[in-house]
Amino acid sequence: MEITQQDVEKVAQLARLAVSAAEKETFAKQLTQILAHVDTLNQYDTTGIEPTATVMGQANVFREDLVRPSLPSDKALANAPEREADGFVVPKILEER
Amino acid sequence: MSLHKLTLCELQKQFKTGEVTATEIVRAYFLRISQVEPKVKAFVTQAKESASLQAEVLDRKLKAWRKIAPLTGMPLAIKDNICTDGVPTTCSSRMLQNFIPPYDATTVAKLRAQEYLLLGKTNLDEFAMGSSTENSAFGPSRNPWNLHCVPGGSSGGSAAAVAAEECVAALGSDTGGSIRQPAAFCGVVGLKPTYGRVSRYGLVAFASSLDQIGPITRDVPDAAFLLQAIAGHDPMDSTSVDRSVPDYMKALQKRDLKTLKIGVPVEFFTEGLDTDVEQAVRAAIGELKNLGADIREIRLPSTGAAVAVYYVIATAEASSNLARFDGVKFGFRAKETKDLLELYLKTRQEGFGPEVKRRIMLGTYVLSAGYYDAYYGKAQAVRTLVCQDFAAAFKEVDLIVTPATPTPAFKLGEKSEDPLQMYLSDIFTISVNLAGLPAIALPCGFSKTGLPIGVQLIGRAFEEETVLRAAHAYEQSTHWHLKKPMIR
Repeated sequence: MEITQQDVEKVAQLARLAVSAAEKETFAKQLTQILAHVDTLNQYDTTGIEPTATVMGQANVFREDLVRPSLPSDKALANAPEREADGFVVPKILEER
Repeated sequence: MSLHKLTLCELQKQFKTGEVTATEIVRAYFLRISQVEPKVKAFVTQAKESASLQAEVLDRKLKAWRKIAPLTGMPLAIKDNICTDGVPTTCSSRMLQNFIPPYDATTVAKLRAQEYLLLGKTNLDEFAMGSSTENSAFGPSRNPWNLHCVPGGSSGGSAAAVAAEECVAALGSDTGGSIRQPAAFCGVVGLKPTYGRVSRYGLVAFASSLDQIGPITRDVPDAAFLLQAIAGHDPMDSTSVDRSVPDYMKALQKRDLKTLKIGVPVEFFTEGLDTDVEQAVRAAIGELKNLGADIREIRLPSTGAAVAVYYVIATAEASSNLARFDGVKFGFRAKETKDLLELYLKTRQEGFGPEVKRRIMLGTYVLSAGYYDAYYGKAQAVRTLVCQDFAAAFKEVDLIVTPATPTPAFKLGEKSEDPLQMYLSDIFTISVNLAGLPAIALPCGFSKTGLPIGVQLIGRAFEEETVLRAAHAYEQSTHWHLKKPMIR
């Protein structure tokens, strides 16, 4: 299937990636080529075959609900691009009315 | 003999008896690094000061009380997508260029508990996405055997550092061949353990159902020795398996392979396989036969599907895993953005390189409404077929032997413009990750142009002992692992 530049734009928006005009063109071409290879999977008959998500067959893994030491907030915030007191700073999300 | 020439097991013996000190080890290695690193470029971060300080403290402590764990004082390098508390972990990405983890990965914590010495963090393809280290935001590493060639990837820095004797051994990670392919390209040993054998906690996630940390070493005993230190269940990784860890060094003692049946899959010896590689691997199979193994032809009919399955599943998981890089809690943040959406868009545009973007987009596409069943569902079903192939084969044989890569190391720039060709270079390693099996790549010869060639041994899940035992028997009967590159 051919991936158009519009497809690239839509997928980039879903993935929260800004793409330049040049990137749109390159990615459209490359993704078309890669998906053409992926389409070779249709040669394989998978009627009645269960999908594999994980190989060791583990189901949910539970642990005791115990209080444990955790990362102190200063350490957790140390890599923040922008912080104020004990919080991460982000652009304003809600519009004023 | 210079200290950097010793294997991990040899150096450990000398250190245990007090013949060498940690300070001498660190000095010897940083001298070696200063000589070859400008050419090889294996490291993203060198930890000379902290390693020297650590060595001094260790030497002083050992004078007072000589208590030594297997890896005490051993100079290792760690792939830069494995978190090291207080030491930058960049994933060779602009996104994490200034990221200093506030905790250790479980594998690193285990090494630290044994008082190993961290020499530095090694280069990789950005977020482990690639087969050459050319996707590193900080520039490619070089193959010590030929500086015009790639070291392979994504653990290319770790493999190059081991081959160039810039560390005694290293940790890498393997999602589709990222330990074994660079090991083969650089003429060293690389082991991908069974999925769940080694904790992934603190390994920056790429494709969670495939990723596994493992050793890259100079010979097979070193791989067993290092695996011993990192294997085991970890409550912090819910996919790690609660199963006792056998004595891997003991597994090496049994030399003859008379009770072993080894399968040769016909699908791995077809067009596209380099003639030098084919010859070397056929000779290795002959040697395994001489050692007593019962060699049989087998079939793995879904082999041709592996690359396509991988590039759907791995990118789907990556698109989800890499959603966390949003410029809010850690990592890069784009400047001057007017609202939250623009913050996300620009941060991710400027922070990620082209291959990472390509994979995030491919993964997002195959998971998106209308394509999920056609791509992701189909790939998961074909993954089942790949697993079934191996399950059927392992009813007949104990091990499978294949080439590790279709060609020796390629030249820098040769495939960097053609993603599909680059993806296809992992054709012999990928199916192992899809099935979660243990596999080792080890040297088995050289091409006419003097580049190393690797052979791969694949075992049943959790049978690392059999893989290591056969690899060791082969290594003992050959001399390939003793050849060292002239770095020029």
